[in-house]
Amino acid sequence: MLRLELRGEMSRSMIYWSPFFAVILTFIAGMIMFTILGVDPLKAIITFFIEPLNSLDGIAELFVKATPLVLIAIGLSFGFQANVWNIGAEGQLTIGALAGGGVALLFFNVDSPLLMPGMLIAGVLGGMAWAAIPAFLKTKFGTNEILTSLMLTYVGLLVLSYLIHGPWKDPEGQNFPESRLFHDAAIIPIILEETRLHFGWIIALFGVAIAWVVMTRHMIGFQIRVIGMAPMAASFAGFKEKHIIWLTLMISGGAAGLAGTIEVSGPVGQIIPVISPGYGFTAIIVAFLGRLHPVGCLFAGLLMALTYLGGDNAQIEMNLPNAVTGVFQGMLLFFLLASDVLVRYRVRFGAAKKVTAGEGA
Amino acid sequence: MPEWIVPALLTIITASTPLVFAAIGEIVVEKSGVLNLGIEGMMIVGAIFAFGVGVTTGSATLAILAGAIGGAAMAFLFGFLTLYLLSNQVATGLALTIFGLGFSALLGHGFVGKTFPGLPRLEIPFLSDIPFIGPLLFGHDILVYASVVAVALVTYMLTKTRTGLLIRAVGENHFAAHSIGYSVNKIRMACVLFGGAMAGLGGSYLSLAYTPLWVENMTAGRGWIALALVVFASWKAWRAFFGAYLFGGITIIQLHAQGFGVEIAPQFLAMLPYLATIVVLVLISSDSSRARLNAPACLGRSFHASG
Repeated sequence: MLRLELRGEMSRSMIYWSPFFAVILTFIAGMIMFTILGVDPLKAIITFFIEPLNSLDGIAELFVKATPLVLIAIGLSFGFQANVWNIGAEGQLTIGALAGGGVALLFFNVDSPLLMPGMLIAGVLGGMAWAAIPAFLKTKFGTNEILTSLMLTYVGLLVLSYLIHGPWKDPEGQNFPESRLFHDAAIIPIILEETRLHFGWIIALFGVAIAWVVMTRHMIGFQIRVIGMAPMAASFAGFKEKHIIWLTLMISGGAAGLAGTIEVSGPVGQIIPVISPGYGFTAIIVAFLGRLHPVGCLFAGLLMALTYLGGDNAQIEMNLPNAVTGVFQGMLLFFLLASDVLVRYRVRFGAAKKVTAGEGA
Repeated sequence: MPEWIVPALLTIITASTPLVFAAIGEIVVEKSGVLNLGIEGMMIVGAIFAFGVGVTTGSATLAILAGAIGGAAMAFLFGFLTLYLLSNQVATGLALTIFGLGFSALLGHGFVGKTFPGLPRLEIPFLSDIPFIGPLLFGHDILVYASVVAVALVTYMLTKTRTGLLIRAVGENHFAAHSIGYSVNKIRMACVLFGGAMAGLGGSYLSLAYTPLWVENMTAGRGWIALALVVFASWKAWRAFFGAYLFGGITIIQLHAQGFGVEIAPQFLAMLPYLATIVVLVLISSDSSRARLNAPACLGRSFHASG
C-alpha cells in the first residue's frame, strides 16, 4: 500500500528532478499512444523528436519557435509566482502583434532604422493594454483574472479577424484576409544566413537575463514570491498586493505583446488570420515545466518548440494529424503536475498510521 | 406575432442547453470544494466521443452515453491528480483543457466532414400540436429535457437531501467532515466525475444536435463561459439555468442580428457573449460580500489528512 507523507520542507532536488520524470513519462505514454494508433512507436518518436533537428535549418527553426514561448513564459512566471493567473497571453500576443504590425502598416513607406524599435515598443504597449483590463478589474472589483483574461483572448482574436477582413486588408491581395507585406525596414533582421533565425531570439535571451536579475536579485522578485507563498506575511511587511497584481500583469502582457510583434515582423512579415498556433497557451506549460524560473523557461521553451516541429514533421512524414502536438503538451503538463507531488510529499510503503479511519490514500 | 419568433426561441434553447449541462455539473463540483477549470477540455472530449460513437453505430443512445463517459474519464484524470496526488487545481484544470483540445482533435481526425442525423425529437401527442407553446415546450430532443430535469434534481439534491448536505460539508470545511468520519476525497471524486459526465453531455449536445458536425475546437470557449455562469449564479443551480439561457439568447441575437439589418461587422457581434461574461463577472464580484457568502469555503484547496 502506497501513501503520501508530508515532508518537513519542500524537496529542493525534486523541484529539478520532476521535469525530467515528466519528460520520460511523456515519452512512454506517447509510445503507448502511437502503438494504439497503429503506428510504429519507435519510428514515430524519432520522426517527432529527432528528425526535426537533423539539419541546421531545423535547429534554427527550433529557436524561431522557442522565441515567443520563452518570452511569454518568463512573463507569466512572474504572475504565477504571485498567484496571479494570467491565462490570456494568447490574446495579449494578438493585440501586441496588431499594435506592432499596425505601426508597420501606418508607416508603410517609411524606411527608417527607428521603425523596428517603434514597432517593438508598440507591441509591448499593446500587450500591456490588453492585460490592463484584467488588472484593472481585479484590483478595482476583485474580478477573477483567469476568466477575464481568457474571455479577452477570444475578443482579441475577433479584433484581429475584423481588421484583416476590413480596414487592414491588403488592397492588392485578391480579397485574401491578409494585410500587406511589411516593408524591409519592418522585418526583423536574420542573424543566421540561409535560415529563418532572426534577432528575436537574441531579444528572448535578453529577456531571460533581465528576468533572472529582477526575480532573484531585486526587491520586486522577492515581494512577488512572498505574496505568492505567504500573503499574510506580505501584507504585514507592507507589500502592496494591488501593485504586484498590476506589475505582474503588465510584465506578462508586455512580454506576450512583444512576442506577438516579433512573430508578425519576423517569420511571417505580414498580419495573417492565425498569428500564433497557441503559443500563449503553450507558454503556460513552458512556465511550469521551467519551474517559473527564467533559465528553466529557456530550456522548457526549446523542448516545447520541438513538439511543434515534431508535430509538423509527423504530419508530413507519417500522415499523423498535427494535433498530436497538443496531446504531447497536455500529457507533459499532466505528468509534471503528478511528479510535483514528490516535491512536498514523500512516498511511503506500508499501511497508513492509524490516525483516523477512512482516509487511505 | 411574427413567424420567426418560434424558430428563434427554439435556437436559443439549443444554444443554451450545452451551457446548462456544463454549469450544473460544475456547481456540484465546486460545492464539494473542488475548482475544475477543465470544463472546456471535458466538453470537447465528450463532443468527439459522442460524435464518433454516433456516426459509427448510428445509435443516439450510445452516442449520448459515450459523451458522458468521455467527459467523466477526463474528470477522473483531473480528480486523480488533484485529489490523490494533490496537484494544483488551477494548473491541472488548464492541463485538462489543453490536453482535451489536442486529444479530441486527434480522435476526430477521421470524422471531419461526416454528419450525424441529429437527435430524434420526442413529440408528445396533442401537446406538441398546440400553436406557439407546443413547439416551444414539447417536441425537443431528450437532452433538452434531461438538462431541465438535471437542474431540478441538482437543486433538490444539494438543498434537501443528506447527500447534498455531505457535499456542502466537504466543500465548506473538509477537516470537520474528515474528523467525523467522512471520506473527503471519495465524495469529491464522485462530484468531479458527475461534473465531468455533465460537461460531456453538454459537449455531446454540441456535436449531436447543435451543429451536428465535428469541428476542431468546436466548444469555442463555452466551457469557460459555463465556469463564469457558476459564479454568476452564486452556486445555485436554478440561477445557472437562467444564466445559461441569457447567454444562449445573446449568442443567438448575435447570429441573427445581421438578418435584421444591423450594420455592424460580424466580428463585433461575435464578441458579445465574451464581453457579456466579463460584464456579468464584474457585476457579481463588485458585490463581494454576496460572492464570498456563497462561495464554498474550501474551494480550490487540496485535502491531505496530515493537514
